[in-house]
Amino acid sequence: MNQPNLLLSRRVALLGGAGLLGASSLARAQAPAATAGQVIDINRARTDPIPIALPNFAGSSPDAQRLGQNITQVITNNLRNSGLFRPVAREAYIQTPEAAAGAPRFQDWRVIGAQALVTGRAEPQGDRARIEFRLWEVNSEQQLQGTAYTAAANNWRQIAHVISDVIYERMLGEKGYFDTRIVYVAESGPRDRRTRRLAIMDQDGENNRFLTDGTFQALTPRFHPNARQIAFMSYNNNQPRVYLFDLNSGRQEVLGNFQGMTLSPRFSPDGRSVVLSSARGGDANIFVVDLASRRERQLTSGGGLDVSPSYSPDGSQIVFNSDRGGDQQIYVMDANGGGVRRISFGNGRYATPVWSPRGDLIAFTRMGGGRFGIGVMRPDGSGERILSEGWSMEGPSFAPNGRVLTFYRETRARDSRGGGYSARLAMIDIAGFNERQVITPTDATDPSWSPLLSS
Amino acid sequence: MNTKLLGALAAAALLSACASEDTSGAATGAGATGGTGMMGAGAVRPGSQEDLVANVGDRVFFALDSSSVGADQRPTLERQASWLAQYPQVQVAVEGHADERGTREYNLALGQRRANAARDVLVASGVSSARLSTISYGKDRPAALGSSEDAWAQNRRAVTVVR
Repeated sequence: MNQPNLLLSRRVALLGGAGLLGASSLARAQAPAATAGQVIDINRARTDPIPIALPNFAGSSPDAQRLGQNITQVITNNLRNSGLFRPVAREAYIQTPEAAAGAPRFQDWRVIGAQALVTGRAEPQGDRARIEFRLWEVNSEQQLQGTAYTAAANNWRQIAHVISDVIYERMLGEKGYFDTRIVYVAESGPRDRRTRRLAIMDQDGENNRFLTDGTFQALTPRFHPNARQIAFMSYNNNQPRVYLFDLNSGRQEVLGNFQGMTLSPRFSPDGRSVVLSSARGGDANIFVVDLASRRERQLTSGGGLDVSPSYSPDGSQIVFNSDRGGDQQIYVMDANGGGVRRISFGNGRYATPVWSPRGDLIAFTRMGGGRFGIGVMRPDGSGERILSEGWSMEGPSFAPNGRVLTFYRETRARDSRGGGYSARLAMIDIAGFNERQVITPTDATDPSWSPLLSS
Repeated sequence: MNTKLLGALAAAALLSACASEDTSGAATGAGATGGTGMMGAGAVRPGSQEDLVANVGDRVFFALDSSSVGADQRPTLERQASWLAQYPQVQVAVEGHADERGTREYNLALGQRRANAARDVLVASGVSSARLSTISYGKDRPAALGSSEDAWAQNRRAVTVVR
């Protein structure tokens, strides 16, 4: 597997695009006031996606044009799926892609309502490809960004994701999340004898592949902050324990021979330890395991089942799920185990807390009234909002920019043989709109979103 | 949950479990404690899982969100302990399970707590802890595949399995 952050072998800024303003370094420094530093506003997002035109990247041969078209398609899908952009219908385009790649005639893009325009060229060079793109603000006729990438031609999808992230960041003032992967549990077979394998795919569902062969049940995979390692739970040898999976080598190893069942692992933000739950005796408690020494340290003790720990992005606190007060609720504690306080006080039971990479929110599952919901609240428990509700859903995981959640939804079995049951991945904006199903080859649960791969 | 209701649920579990297995003979001798009939009586090898299922009862059921063994469930475990005393070479795993109306990680821990609770009764009834292991499958290995109160009652269980 490619090491993601080595993939883009060369990246150069395009200077003086078509004789207009536009060294990308310059543009970066003085972006137009209309978009510069715009913080994503969750109220604005729902009603006001940015109209953007994306003519196919030009190319000097049929092969080049095909490559350009493929790249443009991936970028278009990414931006549309975010819910924050509205690609202008291609049929409305006046200027040809080839001409636009030479010099945009801004009037042609203005009259069809485009606020932003993306032009580009794709040129295969043997087994490599050179991809350049420019992002224009139509009204001011300014180039906001111009960059060329040279990379292995078969990595064109990743280049398209990187370009999507650049467009997202330049237009919205926040980092994107397109050059990422999702690891999840691929499920197949009847419900009482399911095969559960780790699988990984690009965030748009492409490049799906299985990581484990299904000999042993695998659950709850979570990315390391370097995106090259995964912590998960495996039933290898009928001993359910936390394992590590190395994406480069494909090797699995047990985290440690700790007493009892270990479950619900997550890496610390510095990547040096794994926080998990360990069930020994009648209770389950939170432990942290140092990856270098493999020594464990107990953080909670006594009274109840403590599971699903997740660090704050600065590593100073841990949110977790516990039934110590009688039913499942969400608690926050200092990273050393002190200062435990309950933060969930709404109706129902709360579970699977996960801290946003931005630090401002905790996402969770709420169960009550015969329904499950995915929601967010601030780390002090205030501002609770339910984003989606249904028969069954759980296991939220944040995109690296904290703007989108992925989780899984299950449908109710309609007969005693389990007919009608399904489990599928979904994504939703944290403002509670733009919920979409993620297409996977099999039933899917326990999604975990990677960090940005090549930032 | 009152014991009368639990008894009714366990009886429902018995009926439904038999209906969903491709066995011709009903489970025998297990009373209202549940269990699936895997083989007809007579073909059962003493000291086997089939023996345990047919003549003792291999599982106990739990109330919603509970991991304590109810008074009506305890006799099953006591019979298992007597049965294990008859076959001192047999080792068993106690498998804890939860219904689908919970989150996966919590249910893994809950299943473990149920398995431990059943194991503790077996130990208290004289079974050496060296013969017992526990494992949890949470909500991931339901016995009943439906999404009904009956199915959930059957799935909140601890099953004793000969190793």
